[in-house]
Amino acid sequence: MAKLKINGKRVDIDVDGSTPLLWVLREQLGLTGTKYSCGIGTCGSCTVHINGKAVRSCVVPVLSLNATHEVVTIEGLSTDNSHPLQQAWKELDVPQCGYCQSGMLMSAAALLNDNPNPTDNDIDTTVTNICRCGTFNRVRRGIHLAADINKRGSS
Amino acid sequence: MAKERINVSRRDFLIRSSTVGVGFSLGFYLTGCNDVPTGATDKNSAADKSASDVKEVNAWVVIEPDDTVIIRIARSEMGQGTLTGLAQMVAEELECDWSKVTTEYPTPGQNLARDKVWRSFSTGGSQGIRGSHQYVRKGGAVARHMLIEAAAEKWDVPMAECRVTNSVITHMPSGRTTTYGKVAALAAELFPPEQIKLKDPKEWKIIGKPVKRLDTDDKLNGKQVFGADLTLPDMLNAAIKACPVFGGKLKSFDDSKVRKMPGVRKVVRVEDNAVAVVADTWWQAKTALDALPIIWDKGLNAKVSTASIDQMLDDGLKADKAFVGNKNGNAKKALKGAVKTVEATYRYPYQNHATMEPMNATARWTKDRCEVWCPTQNGEAALQATAEAAGLPINKCDVYKIHLGGGFGRRGAFHDFVKQAVAIAKQIPGTPVKLLWTREEDMQHGHYHPITKCKMTGGLDKEGNLTGLHVRISGQSILASVNPKWMENGIDMFTFQGLLPDGDHAISYTVPNLLVEHAMRNPPVPPGFWRGVNINQNAIYMESFVDELAHAANKDPLEFRRKLMAKHPQSLAVLNAVAQKAGWGRRPTAKGVFRGLAVCKAFASHVAACAEVSVDDKGKLKIHRIVAATDPGYAVNPQQIEHQVEGSFVFGLSALLYGECTIKGGAVEQQNFNDYPSMLISEMPKVEVIVMPSGGFWGGIGEPTIAVAAPAVLNAIYAATGKRIRQFPLKNNELRSL
Repeated sequence: MAKLKINGKRVDIDVDGSTPLLWVLREQLGLTGTKYSCGIGTCGSCTVHINGKAVRSCVVPVLSLNATHEVVTIEGLSTDNSHPLQQAWKELDVPQCGYCQSGMLMSAAALLNDNPNPTDNDIDTTVTNICRCGTFNRVRRGIHLAADINKRGSS
Repeated sequence: MAKERINVSRRDFLIRSSTVGVGFSLGFYLTGCNDVPTGATDKNSAADKSASDVKEVNAWVVIEPDDTVIIRIARSEMGQGTLTGLAQMVAEELECDWSKVTTEYPTPGQNLARDKVWRSFSTGGSQGIRGSHQYVRKGGAVARHMLIEAAAEKWDVPMAECRVTNSVITHMPSGRTTTYGKVAALAAELFPPEQIKLKDPKEWKIIGKPVKRLDTDDKLNGKQVFGADLTLPDMLNAAIKACPVFGGKLKSFDDSKVRKMPGVRKVVRVEDNAVAVVADTWWQAKTALDALPIIWDKGLNAKVSTASIDQMLDDGLKADKAFVGNKNGNAKKALKGAVKTVEATYRYPYQNHATMEPMNATARWTKDRCEVWCPTQNGEAALQATAEAAGLPINKCDVYKIHLGGGFGRRGAFHDFVKQAVAIAKQIPGTPVKLLWTREEDMQHGHYHPITKCKMTGGLDKEGNLTGLHVRISGQSILASVNPKWMENGIDMFTFQGLLPDGDHAISYTVPNLLVEHAMRNPPVPPGFWRGVNINQNAIYMESFVDELAHAANKDPLEFRRKLMAKHPQSLAVLNAVAQKAGWGRRPTAKGVFRGLAVCKAFASHVAACAEVSVDDKGKLKIHRIVAATDPGYAVNPQQIEHQVEGSFVFGLSALLYGECTIKGGAVEQQNFNDYPSMLISEMPKVEVIVMPSGGFWGGIGEPTIAVAAPAVLNAIYAATGKRIRQFPLKNNELRSL
């Protein structure tokens, strides 16, 4: 039995402890916004936040977590597409197929948590998600735009 | 006026497109809205919620009483934006309020039942818009006519006195107005006009506008359900392993070792070469499959290797016999008489599509009916595969399409994953089973970008003019494996993309004596269509070699090309555009930065690129900037075109930098993104896109520009280093000679 805190809610899950967090989210909790693509922590499609940091959930066994870990998934980023990154993504039409975009958004959101005004170099070193459609230039613009939206909101 | 109820209602449409009950609501859910479908077990309430009684105006257009416009889209959305582009085409002629447009997929089963009213579902070859622009616009125009006619009839006035803008119909003499939503039910009962005139492109208001995509919102919050995410009531999950050696078979497996593992329901043989574990959850299925002892019969290909394939290709380079794809003058004679000849051999490897969403399909089989939910580039082909695997007549089957997590050609001609899902579901009748491949399975069981080598020989006269060119391609034919019926006298014309005398993939140069040949050599590795396919390497071969010739002739690569392009004004125009914008002829402002050019015609569009790169002392490449130009004839959505050009560069440059599947023991050696890398944001150059539609033809968008990214970068690398790279991917090369 795993006790977790997902998107602010406490949940108890009856699952083998070696099961990766990704599959608990997808199959036990129905949170399918977090995607499976590589299963080895390389591509970033499964990125979620654990205590505010971007983590690749496909390589995190659920037994390593407890209710003190705040897990946030794409479904918890906002309830109404109001997160500055979601606004920016919408404004710039960032997604193409969209499959990698949950992970891309969560990586970008973790970056902005740590660094409200990232440089291109900060983006290069932090957002290491694979996108085969090739949305990178708009992802970059989207992160800068979201940083601007944040600034406007707080000024 | 003749009145007859000629169109089916939306409810009829949806009911007939699926089974009653849960399948009904889910069938609708996938096409129309995007709520997570778990627990939709109350068939009556689900049905009532999902479908209204609104009749379609015609096959393409449904209008709700609140003026919501539902446009039916037969092609598949896989990121390329075709959903939005095709909706723009229908909406343009419909004269509807764009802010109220939504879309839905009809099912291929419905298409069959309605005499292929939506025509082709195939989504490949950059065909979505250029292959259907005429009839989808007509669909919108016919609906508009019927809606205006309905209003005129309601008012009892001549139709000619009515005008429509943004879904509002006005009777001009009286000023009375109504909306599409109010007359749609009446319009649905009218006969469609026999003839309809489409707008002149000069009158377009929605086509040509950079409207936003219609499919973005749900991709920002996890709501977009992909095939891999689908959940149906009582669904089980399957993980699969097929024999890693191509052509090998499943000999046996020992399920006693895994039957008691958590969640495991069944271990099943799938076709003659695979085994699947079916469990409550996919993770349980995958865990048990990893523990399952399996014995393979590796078959005849167990000794095939990259080296043995290279030998086949080398043989083809030297062979006397080859298919001819383009010929004028006498190239061999011209080469003999040349003052200077240049010769080079290039090689392009196998590559995987590596869609971010691994292959998957969900199937439910009973002895009376089989349904499949899957991401597919070709719903009709998926339906055909379903019927074959199900052993049922095709009208007892249907396929519900889901937006794709990437396609790139993998999910169009091949529905191996659908056949497997049905084969598994058939062993558990009545229960839906979702089959999801692991990334490793996806990497090892692709239909790979074919492998070729190419020997180029060019001759120059004493002024440095090109007098003759011999192109000998040796390697794999896609059609010989995928669809031999499309071959012409044994020739695979797809092999010659970008080198043909005319058509969508014509060569962009006039060469006085030209011979382009293909010595077909087909190794036992399954090839497939791939985003761009053969234009990708053919443009590398041609554009790198033209650069080689220019340097051998001591000519500027732009001037050398221009001289060969007098009879190719549209290609010349895109080349000139990138050269001008990039500043060709002036030194790049940053030190150590060098430029390279490439141009070609692909999928009927004219495209060119100018790349700026630097290579440091250690041989590390940085691609700084690429200026790209495309002339697709008509530009339906300039913003989406920019996205596609940028994206195509990621696909093309990932292939150039890293894309390689090697063969050992008859199997692909690569397993995952760690040994089959894809480029990252840190490697992405600035991209400047020039969209320059010249009108009068319809060219593709999704693929053409892939082809110019790689050769432009390669030519810039040569400019930077003096080293010509002829073996790909770049990761296998030292960019600076040590």
